[in-house]
Amino acid sequence: MKKTITAIVLTGFLAYVLGIYSTIPWWCFVFSSLLVSAAVHQRPGKSFLSGFLGLFLLWVVLAFMKDAANEHILSTKVATILPLGGSYLVLILVMGVVGGLVSGLAALTGSYLRK
Amino acid sequence: MRFLPFLISGICTAGLVVALNTQLPAGGSKTPRLGYFLSPQLGFWQNAEPVNTSFDGNVKLPNLNGKVDVYVDDRLVPHIYAENDLDAYYVQGYIHAKFRLWQMEFQTRVAGGRLSEILGEERLPIDRMFRRLGMVYGAEQTLANMEKNPEMKATVEAYAEGVNAYISSLQPQEIPFEYKLLDYTPEKWTPLKTYLFLMFMSYDLTARGATADLQMTNARNYFGFDDFDKLYPNVQDSLDPIVPRGTDYLKPAIVPVAPASKDSLYLGKTANSSTALLPMVPDKDNGSNNWVVGGSKTKSGRPILSNDPHLGLNLPSLWFEVQIHTPTHNTYGASFPGSPAVIIGFNDSIAWGVTNAGRDVLDYYDIKFKDSTLSEYWYNGEWIPAKHRQEVIRIKGKPDLVENIAMTVFGPVMYDKAYKNVSTEGKYLAIRWTAHKAGTGLQTFYKLNRARNYDDYLGAISQWECPGQNFAFASKTGDIAIKQQGAFVARWKRQGDFIMPGTDTSYAWQGIIPVEENPMMYNPIRGFVSSANQMSTDSTYPYYLGAASNFPLYRGIIINRKLAQMNQITPEDMQQLQADNYNVFAEYARPVLMRYLDETKLSADEKKYIDILKNWNLRNDPGARGATVFKSIWDSLEAQVWGDEIKKANLPLPKPDASTLLESLLRDTTFRFADNINTPGKVETIYDDLAEALKKAVPHLKELQAANKLEWAVMKDTKVNHLLKIPALSRLHLPIGGGEHIINATKETHGPSWRMIVQLTDEIEAYGVYPGGQSGNPGSKYYDTFVDSWAAGKYYRILFLQQAAAAKHERVKWHMTFTNS
Repeated sequence: MKKTITAIVLTGFLAYVLGIYSTIPWWCFVFSSLLVSAAVHQRPGKSFLSGFLGLFLLWVVLAFMKDAANEHILSTKVATILPLGGSYLVLILVMGVVGGLVSGLAALTGSYLRK
Repeated sequence: MRFLPFLISGICTAGLVVALNTQLPAGGSKTPRLGYFLSPQLGFWQNAEPVNTSFDGNVKLPNLNGKVDVYVDDRLVPHIYAENDLDAYYVQGYIHAKFRLWQMEFQTRVAGGRLSEILGEERLPIDRMFRRLGMVYGAEQTLANMEKNPEMKATVEAYAEGVNAYISSLQPQEIPFEYKLLDYTPEKWTPLKTYLFLMFMSYDLTARGATADLQMTNARNYFGFDDFDKLYPNVQDSLDPIVPRGTDYLKPAIVPVAPASKDSLYLGKTANSSTALLPMVPDKDNGSNNWVVGGSKTKSGRPILSNDPHLGLNLPSLWFEVQIHTPTHNTYGASFPGSPAVIIGFNDSIAWGVTNAGRDVLDYYDIKFKDSTLSEYWYNGEWIPAKHRQEVIRIKGKPDLVENIAMTVFGPVMYDKAYKNVSTEGKYLAIRWTAHKAGTGLQTFYKLNRARNYDDYLGAISQWECPGQNFAFASKTGDIAIKQQGAFVARWKRQGDFIMPGTDTSYAWQGIIPVEENPMMYNPIRGFVSSANQMSTDSTYPYYLGAASNFPLYRGIIINRKLAQMNQITPEDMQQLQADNYNVFAEYARPVLMRYLDETKLSADEKKYIDILKNWNLRNDPGARGATVFKSIWDSLEAQVWGDEIKKANLPLPKPDASTLLESLLRDTTFRFADNINTPGKVETIYDDLAEALKKAVPHLKELQAANKLEWAVMKDTKVNHLLKIPALSRLHLPIGGGEHIINATKETHGPSWRMIVQLTDEIEAYGVYPGGQSGNPGSKYYDTFVDSWAAGKYYRILFLQQAAAAKHERVKWHMTFTNS
């Protein structure tokens, strides 16, 4: 459990730091998520979950903060374009899952680096 | 290491990243790169502007000469106070970019035929059209001309520098929303882009002829000239021109002579035909209202100027409000994002407003080339070499397309064997258009921004060329004036209504009308001047204005009638007049309908709707059901009368104007086009047509009523579309009345794009509103702030402040400073 929490926090933190550098691509966190999972050794299933949750939580928290300050003006429009029924909650959830899946898969990959 | 699972999950990760990093096809367009777009640190979330954002700031701009203070008011209008003119335009460029960058660039991409570059080949038809119309060519001509004018060169360059300073200050995550949606990045601004944008305005306001001339040619060929002249007449009985009937005109400096072959070759049946149509046509009702009432008619004893330009309604809006204060001038008004200075506005001394002149300044010439290499063409009895212009269109994901355009003495050859349709086959049509002339760009507006009196106004507008405008004017000293100004062709009657022979000079333009002969009024006894895109003069004016269908008739009639009746006028009265929904066309047309209607033969349903029509107060107010009934019946009648002829022609023909049918019926009860040509042996009368039209309109009206859409505003369904026509970014279903022929000229997607009223009292009292908001960011609360007020006919009191007052005004919320270091 302690390992899982460490992995989640590290995954989220490193992805956040990489995200500050806006000239590098959005998906660079795959490397940090992979390395975290290789460093904090867990079974593949738990690695995936940690990788997933680390990024899911990071993105969802960041989006919620932006969205609250914006009073949902833009998220409602984007949730109509995409189309997600105009629901900012669904949009934030979908976004979190998308980011989480990429990170989770990267972490899964990383977990196989060690026996 | 477990190699196989590592490999498989590694591939899955990479595959997912690639999929989320690619634009995927979705229903005719493409998705954004979803991973990027959704990413909170890079994607669209970064454009979600906090509702309590502060616009305070200190900005360092290289090459700024002095300090510039910008006070931003509660409507997000910047008030720019600069120590010199160039600094002011530098900062105006920066601020336009800060609030409207994507729009500025997108509009110039449209004008320059560069949409395929970002949106792919489905936009190719529009790109090709704009390239072949010579849009880039025209912008280059004006740019080269204005490079010779040090003042204007410096102005446009300072503005570009400001735009670029903003662009280079942007972090990747800060680029506007639409760039992320469409997946491209801002590019450098250049003076050419400012001129491309102005070229777009010329296109929007004068290039209907590029389609109309071809359709008119079809119509003349199909009907023969005599019938053509009845369907598309050159007289409007009820015309109330801008310059009143009975005015004496100067002896013309140019007497255009029609060629000897005019009757046989040009008006006759032997002339060439064409069905070419463009993929995009400027709205027929691109027009506007402006008027000025003099001190003799106002409560304050000072003039009041009103202007509302009618254009396509878009988000972000075409307009951006700004105040520019420098030692040389203090000016407020609506500016174009993409261009320095104020376009419609006022300063410490005067106010001005514009409407479209509607004059025909675009013609086609039929060129004879020696062969398909387009290297030589026949002109005045010899083969002369044609120059060529290469227009390279870049297409996203595809190889470039090169348009090879032959250039003739008339202008670019728009239609040739590489750009044609069935009936332009084998034809080479060159375009002669005043917008291709090396123009004066912004100079007129630059000077109007600084004008102090009537003479300055005349001097400023005398250089204006394209698009021709009616410039209304008022000064604090009590002068009022209106002048139609532009480079107008001295035409013989019907010259340029159709494709003209281009093998020699006989059909060529014979000159541009001298500026002093352009129609104008200065301090008239009646105490007001006005224009609403109607013909500027009666037929005693010595030049042909262009086909009557270019000139809507009815707004001018009602504006002049109302202004003549009004006295002790206040700015509030002018606000009500701009938003007035009275339908003067229906005032004339309803009695005609009732005259030809046999009420004894009506069905119960028909009677119900005719009763609504009879009880209607002739106002197209939002809730008016009579307005919907009237329009349905009238449209149905037009279809009944013209439909048979137009359908049989099997060619795109222009629809005869509403005024043509109405005036024909007022004149003549045995109107012969009433006969349905598809029923041989039977001669239908207008009585039959109306009975039939009503029969067809009623089911439509019942459908509307069943769907609760009989109320005028619901039926009309006005919207302000985002430039990409994305509904979520647009404002739909606006509760606003008005429409065609009405002072409040709001149609479905078109109407008053900026409403301004200026009373020239010692302290200027001005009001304005436009259907948009100052911010172009869909994630900003200032994106569409004014739309509801606009729809309700409400205005904002404009803040026109000296710097000291701005610094402490209660409505001023933010302060930006710009310094060199």
